[in-house]
Amino acid sequence: MSKLGTLGARLHRGEIGYDFVGKRKIWYGVSILITITAILGLAVRGLNMGIEFQGGAVFTTERTSISVSQAETYAEEASGHDAIVQKLGNGGLRIQVAGVDTSKSDQIKQQLAKDLKVDSEKIAADLVGPSWGDQVANKAWQGLAIFMVLVVIYLAIAFEWRMAAAALVALIHDITITVGVYALVGFEVTPGTVIGLLTILGYSLYDTVVVFDSLKEQTKDITKQTRYTYSEIADRSINGTLVRSINTTVVALLPVAGLLFIGGGVLGAGMLNDISLSLFVGLAAGAYSSIFIATPLVADFKEREPQIKALRKRILAKRAAAAAKGESLEAPVVERSYDDEEPDDEDATPAVVGPRAQRAQPSSRGRGRGRPSGKRR
Amino acid sequence: MAAPKKGRQGTQGRPGRTLALILIAIVALTGGMFASGHTTPRLGIDLAGGTSITLQAKNEPGQKNAINKTNMDTAVDIMNRRVNGLGVSEAEVQTQGDSNIIVNIPKGTNSEQAREQVGTTAKLYFRPVLVTEVTGADAATPSPSASGSSSASPSASAKESEKATSSSSPSASATSQGRAVTDALKADPTPSGSSTGSESAAASPSASASTDPATAKLQAEYTKLDCSKRTVRAKAGDGVKAGDPTVACGQNSQGQWQKYILGPAEVEGTDVDKASAVFDTQGAAGWKVTMDFTSKGGKKFASITGKLAQNQSPQNQFAIVLDGEVVSDPYVSQALTGGTAEISGSFDQQEAEDLSNMLSYGALPLTFTEASVTTVTAALGGEQLEAGLIAGAIGLALVIIYLVVYYRGLSLIAIASLLVSAIMTYVIMALLGPTIGFALNLPAVCGAIVAIGITADSFIVFFERIRDEIREGRRMRPAVERAWPRARRTILVSDFVSFLAAAVLFIVTVGKVQGFAFTLGLTTLLDVVVVFFFTKPLMTLLARRKFFAEGHSWSGLDPKRLGVQPPLRRTRRASAPVDTKEA
Repeated sequence: MSKLGTLGARLHRGEIGYDFVGKRKIWYGVSILITITAILGLAVRGLNMGIEFQGGAVFTTERTSISVSQAETYAEEASGHDAIVQKLGNGGLRIQVAGVDTSKSDQIKQQLAKDLKVDSEKIAADLVGPSWGDQVANKAWQGLAIFMVLVVIYLAIAFEWRMAAAALVALIHDITITVGVYALVGFEVTPGTVIGLLTILGYSLYDTVVVFDSLKEQTKDITKQTRYTYSEIADRSINGTLVRSINTTVVALLPVAGLLFIGGGVLGAGMLNDISLSLFVGLAAGAYSSIFIATPLVADFKEREPQIKALRKRILAKRAAAAAKGESLEAPVVERSYDDEEPDDEDATPAVVGPRAQRAQPSSRGRGRGRPSGKRR
Repeated sequence: MAAPKKGRQGTQGRPGRTLALILIAIVALTGGMFASGHTTPRLGIDLAGGTSITLQAKNEPGQKNAINKTNMDTAVDIMNRRVNGLGVSEAEVQTQGDSNIIVNIPKGTNSEQAREQVGTTAKLYFRPVLVTEVTGADAATPSPSASGSSSASPSASAKESEKATSSSSPSASATSQGRAVTDALKADPTPSGSSTGSESAAASPSASASTDPATAKLQAEYTKLDCSKRTVRAKAGDGVKAGDPTVACGQNSQGQWQKYILGPAEVEGTDVDKASAVFDTQGAAGWKVTMDFTSKGGKKFASITGKLAQNQSPQNQFAIVLDGEVVSDPYVSQALTGGTAEISGSFDQQEAEDLSNMLSYGALPLTFTEASVTTVTAALGGEQLEAGLIAGAIGLALVIIYLVVYYRGLSLIAIASLLVSAIMTYVIMALLGPTIGFALNLPAVCGAIVAIGITADSFIVFFERIRDEIREGRRMRPAVERAWPRARRTILVSDFVSFLAAAVLFIVTVGKVQGFAFTLGLTTLLDVVVVFFFTKPLMTLLARRKFFAEGHSWSGLDPKRLGVQPPLRRTRRASAPVDTKEA
């Protein structure tokens, strides 16, 4: 782990780094691919809505000695859907099953009667409406829309509109992927799922904002220097917060992974699966998109700004001039292959060397801080 | 949230005091929790089970086919908002079959009150009062002047308008009851209310003779009516249409039962846009209910109050009738045209909130009878919660191992902060159970587990900042002080986004989503509180310790490990060629 600490130090000094912005097209491609898969999955398989949303059938039995979990197994076998089983005050059972119409409900009733060993006459079958009505859903959409507008306004003020737009794209990206995975896996959508999605919404933005905060800080005086383009600084800021991003994601994902794989998988708690899957996918997508999508997008937007464009031109011209002087090592640093550079580095970090600053002060103890505003022209 | 400002003071070097403060706050909260006797958070119906009420819809008299899908859905919506007004109580409402509604209320809720809320869900009307008197054994003199007690009974007034001088008119008490009814019934339909008052005063005694059968029947019913009997009360005015006059019972502020003859409904519950219970701080009137009408309702209300204001007592009163019972009978001193009104009286908080709830959520389009009440077990079963807790604990253990391995000594601060955060979340949730009916469901438990990530992120941002400063070559204490303002900004900006999501969702949405928004908002606020008042001061204190200040190799802040000293590794060599590019 101390290697990670050293890695952090080297990331901090910019000795190593991954060229996130330069390789953005690859990651955009990956994201577009995943998103298309998600949308296709959604279109083809659709979402498996739970009883809370679409209603279903309810079977009420007389007093019985069958246990709740046993009845749940029977009901799920009989119907092929998730079942909610509750014991009533009189000792009977109330079994709710989603997505069932009248004819199917009779069939299930017979099957249940056989399994539970009660007279089928004594099972009352009825259709139930959704407990999560249209009103709840509509209000939730309305709330979401208002929140999105407000958060874009806030981000536009606190940062700038380009970052707000990028954050929004990242957010939509995360939600689409999560919903798509849901459709593909075929888990039932419960209120827990929806709440999981809303949690992701908050988390995805939160994560993006942390990265943007560092980006904003580093690009404060960008026009006052001519060493780095905006994209390069964006890269630096991602790399600078990389350790934090990894740590936060690990810390957030570990408990959810516990819920999903141990709680849902090993201990077999169905409802936990529904919630923790959306959380797990969403958290992972949120962490991924804030690094690979949101920040490169901001860089893309920014590079279109005349000021930044001019800056880039100047920098490239300067580099070209330096290269023309015939310094072999001046070849665009970004394209250097690292294989020949760190042949036996025990850290074996897949590092692409980005624009370097403090190479000029090899033995300095980090005086290079605040480099973005470097005075040297 | 004054946290940022206070936090800044706290960072100026009195970390001990801040720490002591938050520890005292935690102890006080925990003490409060034990004192209140609610040491566990209330669990939602999915985890704890509760009571299930089945309600059977009945057609309103005179309205056939009222039981249809649209009306049932509306009824579900209204009931949902009534039992789940704040959105955190986790009650569930759904239709069953064609004409039943099931209401599930989590264990530990006041199920009596909830049953009342969903049960007394009939129509709400504003009707003019024609005659009223106290009934039952304690009604000594059945004179209409009993309504003169309206000085004590609720009064309606436009905002800030003078309260009417409640001199009950002598003429009203002089008139015999029968005549008053007849006159009022005759006078009421006339569109211009201006003549009503004088007409009733000048009414001839013979008028009572010429009453039509309906009026006579109403009069007879009224005379018979004994509101002190519960069964009689329940039946009073049963089956009367909104457009007909009726009899009704109500309780006045002295707790006496009063009976009424009421005119046709002038304003309906659907005309009320929203109502809220407010505490009157200026007038010392205590709790009151303010109403906003819809534009249509506002006009209707202005016209009825304009008419009533010119009448003598008791005919200047209108009755708010809910489910056939008069819940309030304020009198009117002038036409109320503002589209708003307030009902003041000797409400306590509960009464004011109940009334405003009923007014806000209007009237159900159907009447319901309770078909059955039964207990139900948890919808998810105990094993789900158990599995969730075990899994959560394993996850947490992994988090702690990760933190210890990566942050070493610093992880002590992180773990202590997480612990403080967990204690505060738990205690506050436990306390909110009895106060606002907060109930924890499985999604909320999962949400709290995700909140671990968001809370831990604040520490991680802070720690990484400190490490960056140390990499710059700073000593421990200045590093902490320099790192904090920047970490603080990041924490506040990102927490603000989370809090914004929570606030918007809480205000706009209903039901479970609202409950979720509440949990999210709570954990976000606690995150800020913990980082500002616990993590930072603790960090400042520990930075003075030799163990951390000198960067012990287990402190997590060892400059060597952080790569401050010229690395001895080959990495330097590797990077050496690059240096020349600056040349």
